[in-house]
Amino acid sequence: MASAIRRRRTVTAYLFCTPALLGMLVFFVFPLVMTVYYSFTSFDLSNAPRWNDFANWKFLFGQDPLIGKAALNTLWFVAILVPVRIAGAMLVAWALTRARRASGALRTVYYLPALVPPVASTIAFVFLLNPATGPVNRLLAAFGIHGPGWFTDPAWAKPALVLLGLWVLGDIMVIFLAALLDVPTEQYEAAELDGANGVQRFWYITLPNMAPVLVFALITGIIAALQYFTEPAVASATAMGKSSVGAGTSTLLGWPDESTLTYGQLLYSKAFGANLFGYASAMAVVLFVVAGLATAVLLRRFRSLTPEVAS
Amino acid sequence: MTATATRPARPPRVRPTSSEQGRRRRSPVVFVADHALLVALAVMFLAPFVFVLLTAVMSPQQAGTAFAWPTSWHWENFAEVFHKLPMLKYFGNSFLYAGLATAFMLVSSVPAAYALARIQFRGSRLILLAIIGAMLLPPQVTSVPLYVMWSKAGLTGSLWPLILPNLLGDAFSIFLLRQFFLTIPREYTEAARIDGCGEVRTLLRVVLPMARPGIAATSIFLFFASWNDYYGPLLYTSENESAWPVSYALAQFRGARSVDWNLTMAATLIAMVPVVVVFLAAQRSFVRGVTLTGVKG
Repeated sequence: MASAIRRRRTVTAYLFCTPALLGMLVFFVFPLVMTVYYSFTSFDLSNAPRWNDFANWKFLFGQDPLIGKAALNTLWFVAILVPVRIAGAMLVAWALTRARRASGALRTVYYLPALVPPVASTIAFVFLLNPATGPVNRLLAAFGIHGPGWFTDPAWAKPALVLLGLWVLGDIMVIFLAALLDVPTEQYEAAELDGANGVQRFWYITLPNMAPVLVFALITGIIAALQYFTEPAVASATAMGKSSVGAGTSTLLGWPDESTLTYGQLLYSKAFGANLFGYASAMAVVLFVVAGLATAVLLRRFRSLTPEVAS
Repeated sequence: MTATATRPARPPRVRPTSSEQGRRRRSPVVFVADHALLVALAVMFLAPFVFVLLTAVMSPQQAGTAFAWPTSWHWENFAEVFHKLPMLKYFGNSFLYAGLATAFMLVSSVPAAYALARIQFRGSRLILLAIIGAMLLPPQVTSVPLYVMWSKAGLTGSLWPLILPNLLGDAFSIFLLRQFFLTIPREYTEAARIDGCGEVRTLLRVVLPMARPGIAATSIFLFFASWNDYYGPLLYTSENESAWPVSYALAQFRGARSVDWNLTMAATLIAMVPVVVVFLAAQRSFVRGVTLTGVKG
């Protein structure tokens, strides 16, 4: 009797999951397998894929003049953009916990930019940071500072994107805020009785309590940085006054001087700009492996702290 | 977070914040310092909106020169955007994409999320892991084969390749809905079962009414993600302008169509309006949703 009920329940559960399971098969498993297969072929979409052994892979690991640059730029965003956003979100969330007045309104204000379509916020920032006429450099000039070229200067284009990333930190900030408010107060009181100072309280109480959320922010942040696409693509197209994103002409990619060329943009332009679908697939396999490894390493390293995230 | 907080998005949690509870009242100096920082932050987060708005109402001549206070106010620029560009068409496409994607997602993902949250069955952990994997997968990894698939189906050049997959579940939505369903006390679903409810009835009669905020939050999430999506429309609609959604069309204004900065900024603001309105209307459940993605399991 009991087992009959359980069996019926299992059948129902699988029925409920059927669309999702089909979806996984069609939009996840099948494309993954095909990507690996395409990566060993020469494929331009109009003709059937032709097996070409390791030609794509050899080109990827040695001959492609742009891929090193694209990979390094992407790693730059992983190493700088992700931690800076996390630190910024932490600071803003902490500041919010100190609010005694209008904390709800303030949170809304801090969060609002995160909702703006990335295309819109990127165009807005290209305008704000316009070296000659933009409000930011005008403001800096008022203080006697000669502002940098931002999106038009290879050395400043990536930092400009970090500024944009900071403006839209609301998505992580609300998560941090909730976690900060969940830290048991007794722990702070005990620490204070023991004479712990502010830094020690932050290090030994706040941080460990926030570990699951931090790991979550780190993993999603790294994955997002590995596929960073919209902001750099729109920024360089808008800043140089062209909008042929991914049209394939390599002079456009990552302007200025490929400084904002990310791995995702290169992959896109190889496939949909240059019709090198086999080669783009090889790049996709590498991206998949790197993203998977990063997630696995982070989850393993922090497993003891994060039963929730690993669920 | 005192009781004076205006409309807290979390359920009004009046418990004083962790680090401060039970401590002596803070000195006025600290209070002023804290709030000076908070106001400074607010100014920094709001300033870009203000600059964009000021530029949006400038004359085309002024918008091209060094930024300054508008010499004349051209509110008609917002109407001008609609005259100059097929904005209504773009908006229609965006609503079609975001609206249908959300509706389809709900039909396919709610039952799966319920099964994963409330039915114990063999293989559920594996399914959940696969869903988390799919959720974390960078879209560029599967772009090529999916594009091939959709072009064989003759659907490239439209938004359908971005809408239809939601009929077969959206990984992130399933994950988020499951997180919400987990917060419903087990007693309710157990009681329904003891009363002889099948799983379908339990889901429809007990879980759905209780999870309404969660379902709202998940819907808003997917709606925003689709509304803001740039990569998908770039992939599938770039060659067919009549299918462009706002987010994609916006990126084409400055360059290809050499629209002036004032109109570009006006269009930028117009593109933000729907998301901001939806957000302000549904702030409570939305912020709770953001929170749940990262915290509770």
